[in-house]
Amino acid sequence: MIDRDQVLHVARLARLELTEAELEKMAGELSGILDHVERMNELDLDGVEPTTHVVQLENVLRADTPRPSWPREKILEPAPDPDEGAFRVPSPQA
Amino acid sequence: MSDVLELTAAQAIERISTGELGSDEYFDAYAEAAEGDELGAYLWKASPGASNGGTGELNGAPIAVKDIFCTEGIQTTAGSRILEGYRPPYTATAVRRLAEAGAQVLGKTNMDEFAMGSSNENSGYGPVRNPWDTGRVPGGSSGGSAAVVAARLAPWAIGTDTGGSIRQPASLCGVVGLKPTYGAISRYGMIAFASSLDQCGPLTRDVTDAAVLLRVMEGRDPCDSTSVGIDGGVELPSRTDLKGLRFGVPRELASEAEGIEDGVREVFERNVALISELGAEVDECELPHSAHGISAYYVLAPAEASANLARYDGVRYGLREGASPGTESELVSMYEHTRSAGFGAEVKRRIMLGTYALSSGYYDAYYGRAQRVRTKIAEDFSNAFERFDYLVTPTSPTVAFELGARAEDPLAMYMSDYCTVPMPLAGLPALSIPSGLAQPDGGGPELPVGLQLVSPAFGESGLLDAAHAIEGGIGFDATPAGAAG
Repeated sequence: MIDRDQVLHVARLARLELTEAELEKMAGELSGILDHVERMNELDLDGVEPTTHVVQLENVLRADTPRPSWPREKILEPAPDPDEGAFRVPSPQA
Repeated sequence: MSDVLELTAAQAIERISTGELGSDEYFDAYAEAAEGDELGAYLWKASPGASNGGTGELNGAPIAVKDIFCTEGIQTTAGSRILEGYRPPYTATAVRRLAEAGAQVLGKTNMDEFAMGSSNENSGYGPVRNPWDTGRVPGGSSGGSAAVVAARLAPWAIGTDTGGSIRQPASLCGVVGLKPTYGAISRYGMIAFASSLDQCGPLTRDVTDAAVLLRVMEGRDPCDSTSVGIDGGVELPSRTDLKGLRFGVPRELASEAEGIEDGVREVFERNVALISELGAEVDECELPHSAHGISAYYVLAPAEASANLARYDGVRYGLREGASPGTESELVSMYEHTRSAGFGAEVKRRIMLGTYALSSGYYDAYYGRAQRVRTKIAEDFSNAFERFDYLVTPTSPTVAFELGARAEDPLAMYMSDYCTVPMPLAGLPALSIPSGLAQPDGGGPELPVGLQLVSPAFGESGLLDAAHAIEGGIGFDATPAGAAG
């Protein structure tokens, strides 16, 4: 089903760092869940349209009128490391 | 004071209007009750004396709000440590509409982290206990909201439902819980879990209170382009019989429901007999694909969650953990450390599941397939509604289970939503009303059972009206032993 290496790969995609113990447990649990999910394979779904949105909606439009957005200070208030009106982050490179 | 806590919210609001009850007195009665919360149901509480007086149609009535709704200046965590201390810069539309109608936030209720769970054990701030038996779970994810209403620690509450998160805890705690049609209420400011399924709704002591809250909260909102409101608004319920109505009992979600307990089955059979006595035509029907609801849901919801939860990266709000020096990218290292420290086990599991289902090579086999199953489930309901006005099922296959009983088995936990998952997949409104007491399989205390009613999309007024008649017929008046008052 899903092995340790696949779990490691998916964790990297999801930006999660799993401990060795978490990796082993996750592989077992995800395999069990996917086993159940794969019961869907019993169904013949040829020609069935996928549903992405349940309520029939035409394009939802509004007038393109400029309006004020949130003040910068208010948005920066909950930030862990605001600096000079921006969000400061560690270097993306080494 | 104890008297005040016995009133439904609509009754109390009426008494405030006639001057028999003071709005501050009403608020303080609950603020004081909430101070004595021993269930772990509140994450934040207003103080007695904090009332600004009674205004609007809700006359200053206090309301408990699930901690997934942003409230300006008040900590909003969604039950996650990654948002500990987060004070949103704005208030969710649903809460704002309540406030504009005169309601006042009494407290923020505990929940499964990011609404992922069916027992409230996945909260980053400890579990909530069921007021009927504190060794048992209140259900989830709106477990705190259900528990405070049942325990008389709030007159009413709001929560959110993605796969059953309002209805299942309502059932396990013996209160009314309504999941409206997708699009009835704005999702703006409601922290996103699975955007194509999430919907806000009321948890209340009776059907009338649920209608009052829905009427205030529903409506189009320019901030949520998927919100459309309920055409024609919401009528307050008044029905006392079910004459002229046709009720279908889908066997896949009733007699054949996976894991259904004997006690739940017996209560449900009594409920169905009552519906017939109240004048309705009742017949069995089929929802052939509903047994695949759990499978489709546990692909779609985690997939959407994995995208929605990408925003918790330590940059703009919430927790930040330091990067390991000397790594290839300190930024990526900061992301990974923050997310690994801030998310709990179930949230990590769902992010992993969703990321896997959306990853290259697996998309069609999982996500694409689940979306097609979703179409089949919606078609099943359409077919059933050609013959019936409403469908009825048990809300939960079991009564409240013991703390820890399913915590180590994710799939067993997921099966708690067996009867509630198909409706949000089809976008339909559904509500749970307390319908009797039953012992769990193997014996134990008598605990609440819920009856679920389902209607076609935007059929809330009729659904509440029918539920009102059934509620009157059942006459459920049991209360948990430890309730305030």
